[in-house]
Amino acid sequence: MKPAPFEHHAPLTVEQAVSVLTEVGHDGKVLAGGQSLIPILNMRLASPAHLVDINRVAGLDTVEVTPEAVRVGALVRHAGLERSAEAYAALPLLRQALVNVAHPAIRNRGTTVGSIAHADAAGEMPAILALTDGVVEVAGPSGSREVAWSDFFLGALETSLAAEELAVAVRFGRFPAGTGTAFTEAARRHGDYAMAGVGVALTVADGVVSGARASFVSVTDVPSVLDLGPALDGVEPGSGEWDAALDTVAEAVRGHVEPEGDIHASADYRRMLVTELTRRVLPQAADRAGAIA
Amino acid sequence: MTTQMFGAPIRRKEDPRLVTGGGRYLDDLGHDALAAAFVRSPHAHARIVDIDASEATEVEGVVGIYVHEDLPGRVGEPLPLLIPHPTLTHGRTGYALAKDEVNHVGEPIVMVVATDRYVAEDACQRIRVTYDQLPVVVGIEAARSGELLVHDDVPDNVAAHMLQEVGDVEAAMAAAPHTLTLDLDIERSACMPMEGKGVYARWDRDRGELRMYSSTQTSTGVRAAVAAKLDLPLAKVECIAPDVGGGFGVKIVHPWPEEVLVPWAAILLGRPVKWAEDRREHFISAAHERGQLQQVTVGFDDDGHLLALDVKLWHDNGAYTPYGIIVPIITSTQLLGPYKPGTYRCEFWSLYTNTVLVTPYRGAGRPQGCFAMERTMDAIADELGLDRAEVRSRNFILPTEMPWDHGLLFQDGRPLKYDSGDFPASLAKLKDLVGWDDFADYRRQAESEGRKVGLGIGCYVEGTGVGPYEGGHIQIETSGRVNVSTGLTSQGQGHETVFAQIVAQELGVRMEDVFVTTGDTRKMAYAVGTFASRAAVMSGSAIALAARNVRAKALRIAADALEVSPEDLEIVEGTVRVKGAPATSMTLGTVSVLSNPLRYAFDEAAKAATQFAGTFDPDKPPVAEDEEPGLEGKDFYSPTQATFANGMHAAIVETDPVTAEIRILRYCVIHDCGTMINPMIVEGQVHGGVAQGVGGALYERMAYDESGQLLNASFMDFLMPYASEVPTIEADHLETPSPLNPLGIKGAGEAGCIPVSAVIASAIEDAEGFPITRMPISPYDLWELRRRHADGEIPSLHRTSRTTSTPSPSSKEPTA
Repeated sequence: MKPAPFEHHAPLTVEQAVSVLTEVGHDGKVLAGGQSLIPILNMRLASPAHLVDINRVAGLDTVEVTPEAVRVGALVRHAGLERSAEAYAALPLLRQALVNVAHPAIRNRGTTVGSIAHADAAGEMPAILALTDGVVEVAGPSGSREVAWSDFFLGALETSLAAEELAVAVRFGRFPAGTGTAFTEAARRHGDYAMAGVGVALTVADGVVSGARASFVSVTDVPSVLDLGPALDGVEPGSGEWDAALDTVAEAVRGHVEPEGDIHASADYRRMLVTELTRRVLPQAADRAGAIA
Repeated sequence: MTTQMFGAPIRRKEDPRLVTGGGRYLDDLGHDALAAAFVRSPHAHARIVDIDASEATEVEGVVGIYVHEDLPGRVGEPLPLLIPHPTLTHGRTGYALAKDEVNHVGEPIVMVVATDRYVAEDACQRIRVTYDQLPVVVGIEAARSGELLVHDDVPDNVAAHMLQEVGDVEAAMAAAPHTLTLDLDIERSACMPMEGKGVYARWDRDRGELRMYSSTQTSTGVRAAVAAKLDLPLAKVECIAPDVGGGFGVKIVHPWPEEVLVPWAAILLGRPVKWAEDRREHFISAAHERGQLQQVTVGFDDDGHLLALDVKLWHDNGAYTPYGIIVPIITSTQLLGPYKPGTYRCEFWSLYTNTVLVTPYRGAGRPQGCFAMERTMDAIADELGLDRAEVRSRNFILPTEMPWDHGLLFQDGRPLKYDSGDFPASLAKLKDLVGWDDFADYRRQAESEGRKVGLGIGCYVEGTGVGPYEGGHIQIETSGRVNVSTGLTSQGQGHETVFAQIVAQELGVRMEDVFVTTGDTRKMAYAVGTFASRAAVMSGSAIALAARNVRAKALRIAADALEVSPEDLEIVEGTVRVKGAPATSMTLGTVSVLSNPLRYAFDEAAKAATQFAGTFDPDKPPVAEDEEPGLEGKDFYSPTQATFANGMHAAIVETDPVTAEIRILRYCVIHDCGTMINPMIVEGQVHGGVAQGVGGALYERMAYDESGQLLNASFMDFLMPYASEVPTIEADHLETPSPLNPLGIKGAGEAGCIPVSAVIASAIEDAEGFPITRMPISPYDLWELRRRHADGEIPSLHRTSRTTSTPSPSSKEPTA
């Protein structure tokens, strides 16, 4: 369990990082928190010839809150974002999801942007980027570009990021007033990759739902958003109608997800699980929407 | 008086060192050593056609590359079969490096020695091995069908077939008013010590001496095996177990291929060589345990008394049998637990599969046996509509019936004879602790909230402290420092503390003056090892006996010097003094000075022992004829049989009505390991055991696919429970002393894990209302069982006695 030889690059600026990435092309890999990459290297599941370690790059470690979004730099650790009071006030969903990301030791080192760039379908933060209609800020040899989440994730562990590009930040979009969010997942052990997970955002106006969406962990190939509006819009949370609406939601979720089986649980079990989790998490979001409203 | 040390919950002496990074584990040693790495088989069953290492030799830093053909003499012969048994008719062991054929994924084929582990692994990656793949046998059903063979010369894959019978089971079964048959299944798990195996060897060419360190549970065993393999005089081989980060059984097996190859390479190259096992290696090339299929047929009367118990076990021993058939022997004997079976027959087949070999893991066959027996007890209770605790109670061996001889041979080849135990008292305590009789109310309340809960129970008896022997050596320096040595090894049990407690108590010295060394063949060449919950019983007893010898000697010498009778003396906090006249005294340090007549005064204290100091009888030699110089003593303890500890556990679980997630709400333990040396350490052992048991019950399995690939060979997918998965453990103790040893103690190391699968199965069954016959169980498994139950594939329990929300107790229900 020792990695194959590689050259270690330690750029100090985004420009230098991009320049090294451009030079080494597909032989290069960006190292940020290393919580997925290092085990992969140690098990020799990948042997990139060059590691571009961005930990010394200045200016990537900030969390900024704007009226529209929470912007998270590429060196912000999960723990830093989780503990950011400003980020929590602006978008409670971030902390709600982050506490489910592995264990504190991993969150202390792992980065939120790294997790998104890794694009593991079992990762929480790619799903959250989708749920918040987020954007990835990318630096490349020909300048910067922005990629909407829906254009960013192409497949399992596959993104539209080119070999010579660096994801420098992501922006999680904020929700309108009156929105409550919630996140839950079920893992075999606390902190493990989830068998299934779901995040929801539900907006209440004048006592009834005026918009709702969900995104999922471990049960879809790439992050995707399910619009729950058709099932929930106009329904008063907790009313008699609400329970029937949740049944409709469950049906929609069942149809939306495409889980795969593995040694821990079958596809059918995961489908049942994510459906049930969605049912259980929506009332939480509705409560919070009420509190905000 | 000296503070009572024996029995006190004293904090562990070793912990400040271990928890502040002061531990010296195998990989902390030998920074100048070359590193070994291995090419291991990627196939479960294959013929080796060709090995091409030409590209690897070019890697800078490679010092040597070795295959089986390179191994001379005994190094190239099969590894020893450590525990032969007459019924192990087809025992097979592997080679240090595979010869011609591989029989499981992970079997070592090539050893690379290089300047460091990185380089060694780079070279391994460049070695091309060509294989001819052979058909693979995975799983017990495939093994017992015998259609495909693991070893060509082992018909039906049967390594051993063993039968023990007491009484006429057939007749008793035929006459029994009721019979039931249960088919049961326990999956594989493994020890998974935090520190893997490891070996480090240095060769002194000039002196022809080998010093090796191994992360082992038996340094004397490794030393003897390596000396034999390398054809070295025993006197020229030293083996030291440094701090060892957990063993749990896997490190009692020896010599592992690496324990032979690393010293061999160190001698060949004349340079120190080290190998530290990584986690993937531990998964695929160490050892696993547990996997068994079981069929229990039981005959019983209307009151639930056992009349006949007929058990068949199919035990998966993996690809080889270096540790013999200890595991299934233990299952087949310890299965009986605290019960009288009426008549008993147990037959087992130990079967080869193309998987990692199976050797004892904490519990060592007992969790499987306990599962079989306890599932049977629950089934009888359900069949008759009796309370589950009551059925158990009716079959208990009573304290008045001790010692109880089951008429079977135990794993040490000696009679399975329980020395002591008070099972009714244990059960009463357990029922009290868990609130057995109040559970009906609790369940009613939970059900009204839409929750499903269940109560489970499991009882076991554990033969601990098996022979053949251990020794203790104690020496008191002139400073008063007490050096204690025993040959068995430590893997975190707290030996430095408990052995010191014994010595402090027996000698009358302070804890802080006692220093314990374990597992160093330079200090104690005669020893067996740390396994079978035997260290406290074996070494503890030997050390107590040695301490008594030293005490007697100290009193003799002091009595002479103080001109009193030894009977008038006592030793308090390291000072020998006259009872009732404490001013007349001398320290043990001074006694040590007097015990060793000196020619040279190396310090002030030594002056007193020199030839011109004081008066002496010119007609007597300085050292009396029946004495030896020095205040020291040694003794050995070798019992006629094991001593039997016992315990009873109960748990309350909750299962999610939709997702089938399983939560342990309460876990209660009553534990009886005889007289306790240190209750805090016993409790720690129980907690650790239960944690491993929870792993075995709810999380851990070895997911082999049909081709013999282990799909979950990492801690990401092999689910050892975290602290978050282990419930709070409520433990209480009973102390039924063993009459077999000087301290009345019994082993406690393995106990905690033994009944957990049985207990959790019992609780889930109670919550769900259909039989649980296979463990471990995951939420997905339970969800599938519910579906099959709903489809009528799995019957419901009768549950006539179940304390449900329908309060209609039948006449048979106990009134307790």
